[in-house]
Amino acid sequence: MIGLPHYLVLSSLLFGMGLYGVLTRRNAVAILMGIELMLNAANVNFVAFTKFVDPTFVRGHVAALVIITLAACEAAVGLALIINAYRHLETVNVDQVDLLKG
Amino acid sequence: MNWADLRWLVPELVVAAAAVALLGADLVLPADRKRWLGGLALASLVAAGAACAVVLTDLGGLGAPGVRVFADTYTVDAFAVYFKLVALAAVALVVLVSLDYFPGRTPHLGEVFSLLLFSGVGLLLMASASDLILLLLSIEFVSLSSYLLAGFLKRDPKSNEAGVKYFLYGAATTGVMAYGFSLLYGLTGSTILYDIAARLDRAGPAAYLAVGMALAGFGFKVSMVPFHQWTPDVYEGAPTPITAFLSVGPKAAGFAALVRTLSIGIPLEQVNWPVLLAALSAVTMTVGNLLALLQRNLKRMLAYSSIAHAGYVLIALAAWKSAWALQGLLYYLLAYLFMNLGAFFVAMVAAEGTGSDEIPDHAGLSQRAPWVAGAMVVFMLSLTGIPPTAGFFGKFYLFAAAVDAGLLWLAALAVANSVISLYYYVGVLRALYLMPPAAPGPVPVPAGLRVGVLVALIGTLAAGLYPEPVVTFVEVARRLLGS
Repeated sequence: MIGLPHYLVLSSLLFGMGLYGVLTRRNAVAILMGIELMLNAANVNFVAFTKFVDPTFVRGHVAALVIITLAACEAAVGLALIINAYRHLETVNVDQVDLLKG
Repeated sequence: MNWADLRWLVPELVVAAAAVALLGADLVLPADRKRWLGGLALASLVAAGAACAVVLTDLGGLGAPGVRVFADTYTVDAFAVYFKLVALAAVALVVLVSLDYFPGRTPHLGEVFSLLLFSGVGLLLMASASDLILLLLSIEFVSLSSYLLAGFLKRDPKSNEAGVKYFLYGAATTGVMAYGFSLLYGLTGSTILYDIAARLDRAGPAAYLAVGMALAGFGFKVSMVPFHQWTPDVYEGAPTPITAFLSVGPKAAGFAALVRTLSIGIPLEQVNWPVLLAALSAVTMTVGNLLALLQRNLKRMLAYSSIAHAGYVLIALAAWKSAWALQGLLYYLLAYLFMNLGAFFVAMVAAEGTGSDEIPDHAGLSQRAPWVAGAMVVFMLSLTGIPPTAGFFGKFYLFAAAVDAGLLWLAALAVANSVISLYYYVGVLRALYLMPPAAPGPVPVPAGLRVGVLVALIGTLAAGLYPEPVVTFVEVARRLLGS
């Protein structure tokens, strides 16, 4: 029988992998992938908690659907910004994007 | 759902409708008429402001309890209306100065105004959201439009970089916040703040973890240390009117959402958040001020100064048990709206005249644009907190709240920080007044910008010299948060 702890372990692993990717990757697209993993970790939590804690109102399902939409919007806006920056700065490596500092 | 409840959302609906209409009108209007779109945007913001006044009257005026609509997910109370008016004023002033800034820099003028209005809708929602899902959605709504606005000047590499950096930091903190919200949901079985408050008991360390992760998202919006790293780069690289907007709009709404979430959703017995925020406030104001001392670029200096000001406002949450805390927060954010927007508007004038954002290049501006330089004196003194400006009263309230709550060390640290800040604020005035001008001739001030500086100047002085109306508003602050 798969219980709540299984889902929580899965989601914390996903979240950890996402956060590790955000902190260590230098490619802007790879960082975006890490962010998507973190959002999906939250989704796993929301859906699992709905089943075990809030089965009548299913607010977690709503939250998961909202976050899926939100992640799609984020990818659209993010990729647009990254592609535009690539055209002028000719890199997607965030270490080389360093006009602004001080 | 009760359709009659929609009347509480009239301000949001007006702004959202105008934003969609602008997108359509942008397609059909010829290029030389696109400035009209700015007029339409301003008109919708004024209409939304009037709608806010109607909403407040419907509530039963100041001090009346708020109403909860849409199954408790949305709370309309005087607190929310106050922040909605602040947000609308910020968007309106930024639209006004954008009228002169963006033509010539981008052909897509309608999109600028439309994105500003969409961002405004997000700010209005943030002020009222009392449900975690809606809160996440409204914060993200503001963020997504702000990322695009920061990177709007497609051919300017600095703007590109600002957009990408803002996006990566913002999206990462959203991920952390979403995970924190999912934990809060798991602990209580509800996403509605009122239910969370009732059910969050014996949660222990898990509640601290959830609140800490949720703080990442709010901390990003208000540029609280350690989620502040994006601030200087984005403020420097973004188009200046957008920087001005980011420094007041999302920050004020971020504080509104933070106050509502913590004060309604998280009982003090479960998570002792004032202690957490006292530490964050102390670190934020000190880091912001010390790094501001090193800056030569005016926009970058104002970025670190805005981090420091976030630290001052956080005192209100640290000193939550004092009756002065919420009053101080409300008053300070209004004062900050005028003085910080004003400082950025003067920076725009100076940049137009000298073609640079470096403070030494603005030397002698007092001879080239005397009254604008005079306005900058008021803004800088107000940001430092010197009477009789609005900034003084704001700091007075906040520091009094800290003393009242027994946080003497925090009040002393805040006073010390204000003294440090005098050094770099006066450094700007020194360049404007004491150094000889680099080039002769007056600096032209476009009409929209002139009105913007004037409104900010009047706001800063009026709130300082005649604070009664604002004080009356914030003194019923304890009852502003409808619960």
